[in-house]
Amino acid sequence: MSMPSTQAPAVAAPVATHAKADVAKLTPKISIKNLEFFYGDSRALKGITLSLYANKATAFIGPSGCGKSTLLRILNRMYDLYPGQRATGEVMFDGDNLLRDDQDINLLRARIGMVFQKPTPFPMSIYENIAFGIRLYESLPKSELDGRVEQALRRGALWDEVKDKLGASGLSLSGGQQQRLCIARTVAVKPEVILFDEPCSALDPISTAKIEELIDELKQDYTIVIVTHNMQQAARVSDFTAFMYLGELVEFGATATLFTTPSDKRTQAYITGRFG
Amino acid sequence: MTATATKSAALTNPLYAGRRRRNAIAKGLAFAATIFGLGWLVLILGVLIYKGLGGLSLTVFTENTPPPGAAGGLLNAIVGSLVMTALAVIIGTPIGILAGTYLAEYGRHDKLSSVVRFINDILLSAPSIVIGLFVYEIMVAPMGHFSGWAGAVALAVIVIPVVVRTTEDMLSLVPDTLREAAASIGLPRAHMIVRIAYRAAQAGIVTGVLLAIARISGETAPLLFTALNNQFWTMNMNQPMPSLPVVIFQFALSPYAEWQKLAWTGALLITVTVLGLSILARSLTSARKS
Amino acid sequence: MPEHTLKRFDEELERLSATISEMGGLAESQLARSLAALRERDTEAAESVIVDDARVDALDEAVQEQTVRLLALRQPMAVDLRVILSSIKIAAALERIADYAKNTAKRSIVLSQATPPAAAVTGIERLGRLVRTALKDVLDAFAHGDVAKARDVWERDEEIDQVYTGLFRELLTYMMEDPRTITACTHLMFMAKNIERAGDHVTNIAELVSFRSTGHGFDEARPKGSAAIYATSDAPAGTAP
Repeated sequence: MSMPSTQAPAVAAPVATHAKADVAKLTPKISIKNLEFFYGDSRALKGITLSLYANKATAFIGPSGCGKSTLLRILNRMYDLYPGQRATGEVMFDGDNLLRDDQDINLLRARIGMVFQKPTPFPMSIYENIAFGIRLYESLPKSELDGRVEQALRRGALWDEVKDKLGASGLSLSGGQQQRLCIARTVAVKPEVILFDEPCSALDPISTAKIEELIDELKQDYTIVIVTHNMQQAARVSDFTAFMYLGELVEFGATATLFTTPSDKRTQAYITGRFG
Repeated sequence: MTATATKSAALTNPLYAGRRRRNAIAKGLAFAATIFGLGWLVLILGVLIYKGLGGLSLTVFTENTPPPGAAGGLLNAIVGSLVMTALAVIIGTPIGILAGTYLAEYGRHDKLSSVVRFINDILLSAPSIVIGLFVYEIMVAPMGHFSGWAGAVALAVIVIPVVVRTTEDMLSLVPDTLREAAASIGLPRAHMIVRIAYRAAQAGIVTGVLLAIARISGETAPLLFTALNNQFWTMNMNQPMPSLPVVIFQFALSPYAEWQKLAWTGALLITVTVLGLSILARSLTSARKS
Repeated sequence: MPEHTLKRFDEELERLSATISEMGGLAESQLARSLAALRERDTEAAESVIVDDARVDALDEAVQEQTVRLLALRQPMAVDLRVILSSIKIAAALERIADYAKNTAKRSIVLSQATPPAAAVTGIERLGRLVRTALKDVLDAFAHGDVAKARDVWERDEEIDQVYTGLFRELLTYMMEDPRTITACTHLMFMAKNIERAGDHVTNIAELVSFRSTGHGFDEARPKGSAAIYATSDAPAGTAP
């Protein structure tokens, strides 16, 4: 018999059951409830509710202007830098609503790091780029600091490429190296969550692959949230995917399910390239 | 064969031919305007070098301004200029940088900043003689005499808007993502500005200060009302103080040949200084870009 | 479903479905012609069925080629991915069905030299008709993405299995009654088994039609009528194929 008659459901079934079993076992690192966000008077996010699971990578996808970056930037209160932006609802981070007014934002940001679309090395040496962040929270003797810098650069998969030129300017590195330097800088501060805002959109495919591999490794120690325009990237690096459209969360689920059998028509249309 | 055919076909198209003609005319006019403008500049430089270089000797830097009819140098004027310029920069730069920082970093979305920015722009283009008169009113008149202090303050008032403007512009060029990156590791605002934004804008801000120095080192009008002039060597800031531009102004208008010669030499010195500062500023800016 | 932003992708998917439909039509006609050859004892027709199997194989290869291309160049997701994956499997199922038709045609050539019991041949024909109709219906369901119709086909497999089991017993009876028919009946038995297998593949296709639209097959276990053959009293255990 060449083909058992029950083979077809076997393709789909494990995906769905696998996802469900996963969710039950997971602990949410961040739980978002009824989150709304306003730029002045216009509402950019509408009643978002979802959980970001510990030691998992969650991707936010959706067309431009859907609010995925906005959502990401709420998680470290980046919007506080700009006037006229405010969020309502609840974002529980280890049992503490990070939206509350008396939240110590600088300490929060040390716990929830962020890597940006364009590499943003500070205008200083490679060594200083890393040491800078460490010195903010710890005063270490030089030898220990050296060790921490090396450790962070290794974590950022950059050590072997820069160990002989730690004194060179961070800006002298290539785009992909700069981005890994930024990841190392973020990791050096010892965050619990790392937010990635389209981290590869300015990079070539090889650098992109290196960053993706890095994200995959970082999952062991950190909770990862990534915003990306590149659906294949979301499919490659994330465990969970949230599809957003016009400020709403349309669908959230295990990445394997969402990319094979999305339940919402809009998700289907978007991920198969049938939008607009 | 076909290439030539299509080329000539395109050339015979009347619309295209017209466009080419207009392009040639515009190019010619722009070229002529450039020659006209640069021509005067070259002429000025040429005359300055021709007339000033002759008087240039060591005595210019070692002797004070002479009485009419005698030989001498410009030492007291050069030193007076240097002292007042340095003081003006010391007073004006911190104020200018802080105000520029406020505009670019803290007050970016405030109503107050647009008012400040507007006033600063007026100040930037205000006639320097008005500034001289203003300082005369607030310093020289109450004190009852001209002084080096008043001269330095008048120059500082000119320095401030230039530095405010360049500081704000340069800080605005620092990408927001760099600020966000600094914030994302938990760096408070003030630290971010001092340790990240200033560092990124460093070359630009220094350029602004250099340009301000270049600007005030040639100013005559505000000094006429404040520091006036002094025929003799002085380091007393409470006394009237000599300066190169004022000495040039006075000597050039005098009937004495020696004075006129020294005026030309002084003019050459100022021009070379300003030129040098501009080149330095320019090279700093391009170094920052690369 | 709206069109892809990239129109070429739609064209390629349509071409893939067209190839599958063509293959389905060919497999259906192969099955019909092999049954007709058996009934008419027409060795020439049977020969042409055997020759035409190469055409089905060629179409199967074309499907493979198109799907590999689509997977490599278009990075399909969700429904597109399922359409492409199911296309490979449907093509494989159709290729198997055509192989069974070819085997049936081969055996009909041998049978044309013998005298099989007429009633048994009629039984085979009846089984063949059921499978043919199911195949035709499932191809319609495929063409229109009609999951309800596919489910109907899927449920009808039970009937096919029952007819097959009946035929199996009938053939055993003939052989026990008259050992001279054993050769012919053995061939008929294999034919019946082939056609029943073709029916299983039709059921698979039905599930794949559902999978491509919904992402899953038909959940509950399908009642297996043919399981009854193992309980048949008059055949010693172990004789069941």
